[in-house]
Amino acid sequence: MSTEVAAPVIKQAKLNRIGLEIAPYRGGKTTLCAGCGHNAITERIIDAFFEMGIDPYNVAKFSGIGCSSKSPAYFLEATHGFNAVHGRMPAVATGAMLANHKLLGIGVSGDGDTVSIGMGQFVHMMRRNVPMIYIIEDNGCYGLTKGQFSATADLGSKLKTGVVNELPPVDTCAMAIELGATFVARSFSGDKKQLLAILKAALAHRGTAMIDVISPCVTFNDHDGSTKSYSYVKDHEELLSDVSFVPFFEDIAVDYEPGTTKEVTMHDGSRVFLHKLPADYDPSNQLHAIRILGESHKRGELLTGIFYINSVSKDFIQLLNLVDEPLSALPTERVRPKPHALDELMEELK
Amino acid sequence: MSTSSSRNGDMTANRHAAVNDFNIHVATANGSGSQTSNMVLLRAIFQMGIPVCGKNLFPSNIQGLPTWFTIRVNKDGYIARREKTDILVAMNPDTAPDDVKKQEPGTMVVYDEPLKLNQGREDLIFYPVPFDQLVKPVCPEAKLRKLVRNMIYDGILASLLDIEMVEIENALKKQFKKKTKAVQLNFDAAKAGYEYARENLAKQDFFRVERMNKTAGKIIIDGNSAAAMGSLFAGVTVFTWYPITPSSSLGEALIEYTKRYRIDPETKKATFAIVQAEDELAAIGMAIGGSWAGARAMTATSGPGISLMAEFIGLAYYAEIPIVVFDIQRVGPSTGLPTRTMQGDILFAATLSHGDTKHPMLLPCSVEECFIMAGEAFDLTEEFQTPVFVMSDLDLGMNYWMSDPFKYPDKPYNRGKVLSAADLERVGKFARYKDVDGDGIPYRTLPGTRHPLAPYFTRGSGHNERAAYSEKPEDYKNNMDRLARKFETMRARVPAPAIEENSQIKIGIIGYGTSHWAIEESRDVLREQHGLPTNYLRLRAYPFSNEVIDFIRRHDRVYVVDQNRDAQMLSLFRLELSAEEIAKLHSVRHYDGLPIVPNTIFRAILSREKEGFSASKPPVEKVVFA
Repeated sequence: MSTEVAAPVIKQAKLNRIGLEIAPYRGGKTTLCAGCGHNAITERIIDAFFEMGIDPYNVAKFSGIGCSSKSPAYFLEATHGFNAVHGRMPAVATGAMLANHKLLGIGVSGDGDTVSIGMGQFVHMMRRNVPMIYIIEDNGCYGLTKGQFSATADLGSKLKTGVVNELPPVDTCAMAIELGATFVARSFSGDKKQLLAILKAALAHRGTAMIDVISPCVTFNDHDGSTKSYSYVKDHEELLSDVSFVPFFEDIAVDYEPGTTKEVTMHDGSRVFLHKLPADYDPSNQLHAIRILGESHKRGELLTGIFYINSVSKDFIQLLNLVDEPLSALPTERVRPKPHALDELMEELK
Repeated sequence: MSTSSSRNGDMTANRHAAVNDFNIHVATANGSGSQTSNMVLLRAIFQMGIPVCGKNLFPSNIQGLPTWFTIRVNKDGYIARREKTDILVAMNPDTAPDDVKKQEPGTMVVYDEPLKLNQGREDLIFYPVPFDQLVKPVCPEAKLRKLVRNMIYDGILASLLDIEMVEIENALKKQFKKKTKAVQLNFDAAKAGYEYARENLAKQDFFRVERMNKTAGKIIIDGNSAAAMGSLFAGVTVFTWYPITPSSSLGEALIEYTKRYRIDPETKKATFAIVQAEDELAAIGMAIGGSWAGARAMTATSGPGISLMAEFIGLAYYAEIPIVVFDIQRVGPSTGLPTRTMQGDILFAATLSHGDTKHPMLLPCSVEECFIMAGEAFDLTEEFQTPVFVMSDLDLGMNYWMSDPFKYPDKPYNRGKVLSAADLERVGKFARYKDVDGDGIPYRTLPGTRHPLAPYFTRGSGHNERAAYSEKPEDYKNNMDRLARKFETMRARVPAPAIEENSQIKIGIIGYGTSHWAIEESRDVLREQHGLPTNYLRLRAYPFSNEVIDFIRRHDRVYVVDQNRDAQMLSLFRLELSAEEIAKLHSVRHYDGLPIVPNTIFRAILSREKEGFSASKPPVEKVVFA
């Protein structure tokens, strides 16, 4: 121990483009296991929202039930959150977005919460293209009830107890694309750079941005024989492309050799660059996306990246033709018809 | 028209007044297009100033199964269902022989001639009508004949009962609005029937109508449309639903009304969001999410849907999120009698979900109350931040009821304790689940509120006053006790009961919902025909206010009328009353799937009262029902 007292270094806190420190983007202390993939995703969410300069007061965060669904308590402290019931976060989030479509919605679910009990709600949220981010923290098992298989567990994957999964997995990305989701990606909790770029691209999208993040469960599904362990994912991950993201508020030129990169302009003007994408791959073509996912499964690879972006389809708010103001903010005179309306209705019934 | 007085005298000897006092039963097959002719018949009589009530008694089927439309015509304004048929229109070949067999002597039967129903029942009055023959010339288009054919019986009845043809025409205009061709086609069919009857059917019965002035200014509407209209004027902004009989027509009516009256005139955009969800789980979830984010949100469903909503309702109770649920009750389960009426969810809704949960219920008895209580439900749910049920039923929701026109609700909405950013700035502190005012009702903030104090994390019961995660015993208990206090506060805030009481009378009746109409008629029968006057308290809400409990205390015997087997409302009283008070309660139940009739009530009360009661001999509790 040094006896010298160093002069305190006053570090200027870094501010983002709306002048906020990172503190309001952080949340409570995590109660998940040390090393849980979900915590890494939480960190990336904090980074993405901070760096994009999203106003936390204007966000609403949602979750269902399970380990994954606890995580909204660990990010965006300055944001209203709603921990709903098992498998039914999509409904709550949909309702909230209808009430106030000025909110930026982010939902965090798990593979059990989405693909088993919540399958019914998940598919309809994808169909409706509700404008929000929907993250599946996907570890192939039920962590909170001690490690039973979920419906994203791969064929032949083994539990700690030696039980082998004999049912085929559901590919949430292929399904979401099939159902009409407009932004579909898969990432890995251990791939900081890719996950951050994808999250930022999702923030720039208008419509449902569905991201399946493989997120190993260190306690119940990180052993040999598991196909959702850190080591297995690292060995089997294949990138569809390198993803880089340039936000609308930065004017950065991106150099790339012609023919090697696809550039996609997002709803808010941000740009997504997909480098080293297969030459014949069109990220706005659903069939390409579904085909390549199927092919990678056959090869036993875990394909990650942004598979599909559709910036054209109307989102649910546009489909319902809602007024520009949040419904929740409409004053009485705009929601209570005038007396003559009742007179007219009564006259018709006389 | 010739009549045979001696024959008629025998046949109608035990019938009372046949002018403006009879029941018409129209028996048709589902999907045969009788809705128009039935509504027109109902309206034409109504437009002649005579009180009516129309009920559809129908099976769970789109086409083919038998269905009955009943019209009660009553000069004294009684509009409860009556079991007796005075006039049968037998249009369904499959059920016609059986329909005829069941009739009491003297019933008048209009039937399709080829069915030859007039054999074997000398004691009925038959009017054969060759419907196919009559419809051909008025409706050259064969495709439409099936639909228009039924209008002929309107014409036949108009002739036989003295219903004015101009009112048939006016009713058709109401029905078809600007579709003049449809009006003409249908009216031609009615005229064909009318003329046929005048020329070929000799009047042999005493039933007829005479113009009165008892319906001037009144409207006819079904309860679901009334509830939808009430929600419209209550400023509903998010309505999420899943179709289920008998609540679907509420959703459909709301869609129609919002399209008419809630499109912004400047931008042509909607000031409402209506979503047909994938199931009731999602319907309630969306409504709760919408309400959490500040919308006036509601859903409408029936018993099976309520079952699916149970988990979410529990969360909304603990997380204290407003939500209006219209429960149009029916017989359960789905493969039961889904198109039959019942006050079936009273006990279920009152404590719906797991843990300690209890919920306020509003109990409309009329279409007017469906309208008013929609508004009251929104104010109540936002004031108390807890789910509020409006317990209608199939009889009220899907049948046609007369009513005074609804009054415009000009009272300001009660949006409850919601703190804005400015409020937070002024107050300087906020704890989401703290009882600041001593009424058990906390303050809330909405997402999107730009103030550092505003955000909180919404979860079930595992939180402290500041909405922070807690499983501490004292935090949980503190919260549960406050929720109980909130419920107590509600007793004085829910709609008060309607009481008709004479302090000399010691026999009381307690009823709610659609039983009201049969109870009113029963009380008149008991008083006028049996010298047994009664007092009456009509419940309009749960939890029970002190007035309700006091009413029971003031009486020697109180008959509680339920349209269910297990005396569900009486069971709720059992949870709150002393043994002595409970002993005063006697159950009157009706549960055959059809709307309650006065007979059920006054017979049960009479038989009870005749058994005699004395202080030394407490009454033996037994099931009394028709």
